[in-house]
Amino acid sequence: MDATSQAVIGGKTTTEFGYNTKIEGEVVHTTVDAALNWFRKNSLWPMPMGLACCGIELMAVGASRFDISRFGSEVMRFSPRQSDVMIVAGTVTYKMALAVRRIYEQMAEPKWVIAMGACASTGGMYRSYAVLQGVDNILPVDIYVAGCPPRPEALLDALMRLQDKVSHEPITRDLKRDVAPEKYGRMGLELGAHGEVLPEKP
Amino acid sequence: MPTSLELAGQLREKFGDLISGPLEFRGEVTVTVADAERIAEVCAHAKAALGFDLLLDLSSIDNYGEDPRWTVVYELSGIGHGCHLRLKTHVSEERSQVPTVSGVWRTADWHEREAYDMMGIVFSGHPDLRRILMWEGYPYFPLRKDFPLAGKPTVLPDTAFTRPAPLEGGPFVTLPGGRDSAAREPRVRTPEE
Repeated sequence: MDATSQAVIGGKTTTEFGYNTKIEGEVVHTTVDAALNWFRKNSLWPMPMGLACCGIELMAVGASRFDISRFGSEVMRFSPRQSDVMIVAGTVTYKMALAVRRIYEQMAEPKWVIAMGACASTGGMYRSYAVLQGVDNILPVDIYVAGCPPRPEALLDALMRLQDKVSHEPITRDLKRDVAPEKYGRMGLELGAHGEVLPEKP
Repeated sequence: MPTSLELAGQLREKFGDLISGPLEFRGEVTVTVADAERIAEVCAHAKAALGFDLLLDLSSIDNYGEDPRWTVVYELSGIGHGCHLRLKTHVSEERSQVPTVSGVWRTADWHEREAYDMMGIVFSGHPDLRRILMWEGYPYFPLRKDFPLAGKPTVLPDTAFTRPAPLEGGPFVTLPGGRDSAAREPRVRTPEE
C-alpha cells in the first residue's frame, strides 16, 4: 500500500503520511503539536445547533449518503460539555441568541464554530427586528458556509477546512506563552456586558 | 344543517344591537360586535348554543391613523355543522384592552399572547399573558404600523439586545398584479414606480 497520498484542500496540496509497520517498525516520531492536532481534527464532535431548514441538511450530512463519520465527526453531541464544534444551522432570532450564547459558553475548550448557511452567517433574507444579523455578533465564528440552505457537500467542505485550520494550531506554543483563552478570547474577541462582540480597539 | 348566515342571525336575535347585521363577502360571513367588553360573553354563547366549538384564529389589525386604532378578529368554526363565522370588534388606542376568550376556547391562550406580543393589546383576565415570540423585557410591539421594519436598538443588560437590521435600499416590496414573476417579486422600489 502506498504510504503517502495527496489531497487538495482549500486550494493547497497537502501530503498525508500513512504508516506501514512492516517497513518502519513500531515507533512513530512526531511533535506534540502535530500529534495533538491530529487527534483533535479527526474527532471534531459537533454540537448540532439546528435552528431552521439548514438543520435538515445537517441531518442529511449525518446520514448514510453523505456520511460525516468519514471525517470523524459523526458523534452528534446534544450535550455542550462533550462537543468540540458548534454547527449553527439556521436562523438565529434574538430570543434564541441567548440560548445559543449560553450553550457555546458551556462547551469545553478547545471549541470551534461553523456558521452554516446565509442566516447564521449574515441574517440572510431576514432583515428584520427579530433576527440576529449573523451569529458572529455573539460568537467567534471559524468557518462560514454559503448557501440557503447549503448542500451537504458544502458542509463537508467546511468541516475539511476546519480540520485544516485545527491541524495548524500551535497548541504547545500557546501553552508556553500562557495565552490560554481568557474570557472566550480564543480569537481575541472582547465581549460586552450582554454578550455582543465589541468593535476592535485601535 | 344551518348556514353561517342563519347562525349569525341567531346571534343577532340573542344580543340585538350589540351585533351588526351579518356581512357576506365571497361566501364568508362577518359580524361586528359593537362593545369589545362583551366579546367573551358573545363568544361563550356562540360556543355553547350555536355549536362554534373551534376557534380557528385570533388576530389583530392596526388601523394606524384612525380611531379606534385596533380591530381584533375572531375566526370561529364548528366541527358539527362546518360553518365559519368571523367576529370583529374595535378597541381604542387609549383602552387597548379586551376581555380574554381563553376561558371559552383554550386555544385562545397562545393566540392572545401573540397578539399581545406583536400589537400590545392587553387581554384582561388572561391566565398567563407573557410575550411569546420576543424576549421578556423587550420594550416595543413590532407589528404596529409605526414600528420600523428594521427594528429599534434595545439593550437589557446581561439579558438581551437587538440592533436595527441593515436594509440597504429596502424595504423590499412585492408588487401585486405584475405581468410576470420578475415584476412581482420583492425588490427595492422607489415611490415613483
